[in-house]
Amino acid sequence: MAGSGTIHLRDKALLRVEDLVVEHPLGHHRYLQAVSRLSFDVAEGETLGLVGESGCGKSSTGRAVMQLPRPAAGRVDFEGRDLTSLPRTELRRVRRRLQMVFQDPISSLNPRRRVGDIVAEPLVIAGNGTSQERRERVREAMTAVGLDPELVWGRRRHEFSGGQCQRICIARALVMRPRLLICDEPVSSLDVSVQAQILNLLEDMKARFGLTMVFISHDLAVVKNVSDRIAVMYLGKLCEVAPSEQLHRTPAHPYTASLLNSIPVPDPHVPPRPAPVRGEPPSPLAPPPGCRFHTRCPRSQERCRVEEPAVRQIAPGHFAACHFPLTGGAEN
Amino acid sequence: MTTPLLQVSDLRVQFRTERGPLGAVDGVSFELEAGRTLGIVGESGCGKTVLSRSLLKLNPIAGGSVIFDGRDLVALEEEELNEVRGRDISIVFQDPMTSLNPVLTIGYQIAESLTHHLKMSRAGARTRARELLAAVGIPSPDGRLNEYPHQLSGGMRQRVTIAMALSCEPRLLIADEPTTALDVTVQAQILDLLKQQQRQRGMAMILISHDLGVVAGRTDEIAVMYAGRFVEHAPTRVLFDRPRMPYTEALLRAIPRLDQPSHSRLLAIGGRPPDLVEPPPGCRFSPRCEYARDRCRVDEPLLEPALDAGHSFACWYPVAVAPSALHGQGRA
Repeated sequence: MAGSGTIHLRDKALLRVEDLVVEHPLGHHRYLQAVSRLSFDVAEGETLGLVGESGCGKSSTGRAVMQLPRPAAGRVDFEGRDLTSLPRTELRRVRRRLQMVFQDPISSLNPRRRVGDIVAEPLVIAGNGTSQERRERVREAMTAVGLDPELVWGRRRHEFSGGQCQRICIARALVMRPRLLICDEPVSSLDVSVQAQILNLLEDMKARFGLTMVFISHDLAVVKNVSDRIAVMYLGKLCEVAPSEQLHRTPAHPYTASLLNSIPVPDPHVPPRPAPVRGEPPSPLAPPPGCRFHTRCPRSQERCRVEEPAVRQIAPGHFAACHFPLTGGAEN
Repeated sequence: MTTPLLQVSDLRVQFRTERGPLGAVDGVSFELEAGRTLGIVGESGCGKTVLSRSLLKLNPIAGGSVIFDGRDLVALEEEELNEVRGRDISIVFQDPMTSLNPVLTIGYQIAESLTHHLKMSRAGARTRARELLAAVGIPSPDGRLNEYPHQLSGGMRQRVTIAMALSCEPRLLIADEPTTALDVTVQAQILDLLKQQQRQRGMAMILISHDLGVVAGRTDEIAVMYAGRFVEHAPTRVLFDRPRMPYTEALLRAIPRLDQPSHSRLLAIGGRPPDLVEPPPGCRFSPRCEYARDRCRVDEPLLEPALDAGHSFACWYPVAVAPSALHGQGRA
């Protein structure tokens, strides 16, 4: 699989990532290519879900958008400017409008600092306003995420549950009034009852602050719940991108279909389907040639082993990188 | 009526803490017949893992009995217990990396229980280990016998721990979140494997999970655990179709489902599970329960049989039976 190509990119987008390559050094001048020529975009006010299994490069992608660190190649256009070529000082200024929420809310908070100071820190670093104004902004962000500023201000992280810590992290991200929020597995470490609270909260915050979101998760059901469009990744490449409903109803890429069919259905009347794919993802150190999914793909043919499929349109707004997609007919 | 394979009565486990005893498992009773699968679901900290370990007396037991095949395991001496552990009852843990010894080969680790419990010769044990690896779907088992756990992928490691657990033909297999550390496509394979092995060997199984999807299709009955107690126990379909305990209902509603439209509001459960050192009076779920009334905050409800066979729940004001409501929601 694999999707290289940029045919699926739209003209107007708040974030436009083109041919992104992220490499992690392994020592001895060797590199692991976590993301290989990935392209996607996010329109203003949209939530894009980025889904895939561990090691597919989804977190590396999220961090590369933030320039943490700068990617090895490719463009990341935010508000029409390429972040990869911005000078450091300029980047620091732009990055205030890009914020991130991480998977483990507890380790994302400094255990020694008071919650009020943690949430205020982005403002302090940016040198925004007087301390009085900063207090007001922090109070507003805390209230927005459902925390009582009076009660939580002077406390430290050990006094909070995982769900509350994630609320604090979200408040810290929102205090800068970002335009784009990148959430990297924000509910994966939370129990279902709390997960639902945080997912609802993110939806509320998006509506209230007019946010654009990139929501990264391994859980397709969670991603579908919050996303307008979903991009599926496998071994550093894009497989498929489509509006959420369409991706769920008529997946075109066999990998997307396998993911959907692997999710256990919480309904005892639906008998479990046998596992749709065999084996495990190959090592990203030695990705297979041709389509990267061909080693596990139930539809793979000779062509898939040699030629890498490019991203192409399956239906309006629906793109996949597959020679023999499940819908939309075979490639010429 | 046949005697069940396992009869647990009023089992209690307490941990000493600085603030006083913490009742992690507080009066759990159930029975399990040979060849059946019981699912135990609940959120983190509800006591499901502690309960499973207590069945083998791997925790200090404060009271109650665990009668397995006519013998009370709680009353056994450590030496006698070691004959039961791994032979009659075995456990598959969540994280296959930490449940395998990193400095011993896989072949050695599987053979260990065979030579110990079944007094097999080393050569015989090795042959049997190879058969077991083949049975759990490990390709080229001969070569794998001499490998160390770090040389295998996560899914392969979990297959090895399953092979170890099956080595002495146990009559009860406890699988504690066996797929939580695995990717969703691999999870489907491991769940299939467990089901297939269980059928083949006629074992009883206890499948512990936080994921209602995992237990829905693969259990005969389900117990819902909350704050150290069983709050509802029913045949799997009955539990999903007619949950009576509000906590069960709330859990079922809180999970994002693929068949719901994107941006559906999730019905979150407010608050968080109680502190088990000082549990709330009355029903332990009452502080978070939307149906709670005065009586719930004073009187503790017991797990009492409902009208339908095999169904019991602990609630003063159970959810009215609405046969179609949840049933319809769960289906695609």
